Amino acid sequence: MKILVQDLHFTYPGNVHAIRGISLEINPGEQVALVGQNGSGKTTLVRHFNGLLKPTSGTVLVGDWDTRHYSVAKLASRVGYVFQNPDEQLFCKTVYDEVGFGPRNLGYPEEKVNALIESALALTELSDRKDVNPYELSPTWRKMVAVASVIAMNTPVIVLDEPTTGQDAVSVQRLAGVIAELRRQGKTVITITHDIDFCAENFERVIALSQGQVLLDGSATQVLGEEEILARTYVEPPQLTRLAKRLGIPRVVRDQDEFLEAYRGLLEARRH
Amino acid sequence: MALVNLQNVSYKYPLAEAPALNGITLQVEQGEFLAIIGPNGAGKSTLCYTLAGFIPHFFKGELTGKVEIDGQDLGKSNLNQWVLTVGLAFQNPFSQITGAKLTVYEEIAFGLENIGVPRQEIMERVDSIMALTGVSDLAQRSPYSLSGGQQQRVALASILVMEPKVLVLDEPTSQLDPIGTREVFQVIKKMSARGLTVIMVEHKVEWVAEFADRVVALLDGKMVMEGSPGEVLTSEHLAENGFGLSRYTQVARRAAQQGLWKPDVRLPVTLQEAVDGFRRGLE
Repeated sequence: MKILVQDLHFTYPGNVHAIRGISLEINPGEQVALVGQNGSGKTTLVRHFNGLLKPTSGTVLVGDWDTRHYSVAKLASRVGYVFQNPDEQLFCKTVYDEVGFGPRNLGYPEEKVNALIESALALTELSDRKDVNPYELSPTWRKMVAVASVIAMNTPVIVLDEPTTGQDAVSVQRLAGVIAELRRQGKTVITITHDIDFCAENFERVIALSQGQVLLDGSATQVLGEEEILARTYVEPPQLTRLAKRLGIPRVVRDQDEFLEAYRGLLEARRH
Repeated sequence: MALVNLQNVSYKYPLAEAPALNGITLQVEQGEFLAIIGPNGAGKSTLCYTLAGFIPHFFKGELTGKVEIDGQDLGKSNLNQWVLTVGLAFQNPFSQITGAKLTVYEEIAFGLENIGVPRQEIMERVDSIMALTGVSDLAQRSPYSLSGGQQQRVALASILVMEPKVLVLDEPTSQLDPIGTREVFQVIKKMSARGLTVIMVEHKVEWVAEFADRVVALLDGKMVMEGSPGEVLTSEHLAENGFGLSRYTQVARRAAQQGLWKPDVRLPVTLQEAVDGFRRGLE
């Protein structure tokens, strides 16, 4: 399912002009990270994809639907949205019911609902916690419940708003696994993140926003190498990208494998 | 004597089977900047609640051992008194907002009003803390209209304005961009240099390495390590127990396994240490 944004503007009541002319296209199955400083318009932009916000001017198409003409409830069948704060979306008595709420609401038959719940629980490693009240879980696991409840809706597009916030190393790893599996399933995953290392390691395309506009849009390698431009939206390149640059490695390094390979190259070059 | 003194502190939440804190003994000197790290469920937030007096005065359950801050014994003091000594910034800034005030300015002034500080002094203290935490432009906004990052700074301001002796922070930069994170760390470091004692839970270890004086590692409610950031954050023990290490430490560890890191050079935590270490490998 393609998302097409054309000259989008959005102004909040009180005249805060949060989006100032954004155009972009996200193709089916793409994994996109949205980065940029606090207040750059990331959350405002993605809330247009599921119709929580409607354009002040310009258009947002999700597949062939113009979001202005479709309700949030309707768009929920195409775009799943995981809030930054899981407590804004959890309300059922058990993890199982919570994860089942979305698919049940979309009107799937009970058998399919159960299958969707089980597979979402398995993917997020929640299967053995399904009878627990979400509020008895730690914030880390509540976040996974929020993720599972959106995955269970089986939408072609999934939006994650700051999924790694407050997560420890093990759960960040688990989230990376979830995103990889969604990629295999051909889902579009759009993720807002301040965790630029996580961004570099898990996303092929990066869009940097600044003051309601697109500052950079391209492959992770292109975008994350633009140290000076990224600084304008308060983003620092990933740790290993900076390290490689300081060592004089000419390419943009995204993860540990790439770094070690490039460093070996440097050692070889010294020997000759 | 240390300002913060914990002796063999254990705590079990009501109905819980396992203790959330298990035999914690810890001293923190005045003006020290202590970081607490550990995987989720290690007891970090519980330790924050205990230092802030919410345990045992708000959360019931079973607290044993001794918690002493600035000469006061937690078991014998009341919460009203305790909160003037220890300020706590919650993990979720939303939990901090009173809901009673319409503007950020009033929100930050709320605590001072409550303890009857004269009006002129309130205004001076609020203005100066807003400037320090970079929220002056938000003064007339509703606390609820702020982004997560902005709320986090307002929450910090509303605690600092109370001028506690000990500041306890539970992941105070989780929703901030890198520049915002740096600013908050710098503010906290500045306050600690002026004598404020800081105890901060933080996952971002490369920041901890740059700013903290000492690091305590928690696992399953127990203190498993303490020491300088360089010692603790590069330890094999932590790497094997689900602690998050900086990318610099991780990649140098792998480089060491492949013979690409000089064995006599300590593993790096910060960018500069990584640059120096990998450069030595090229010599």
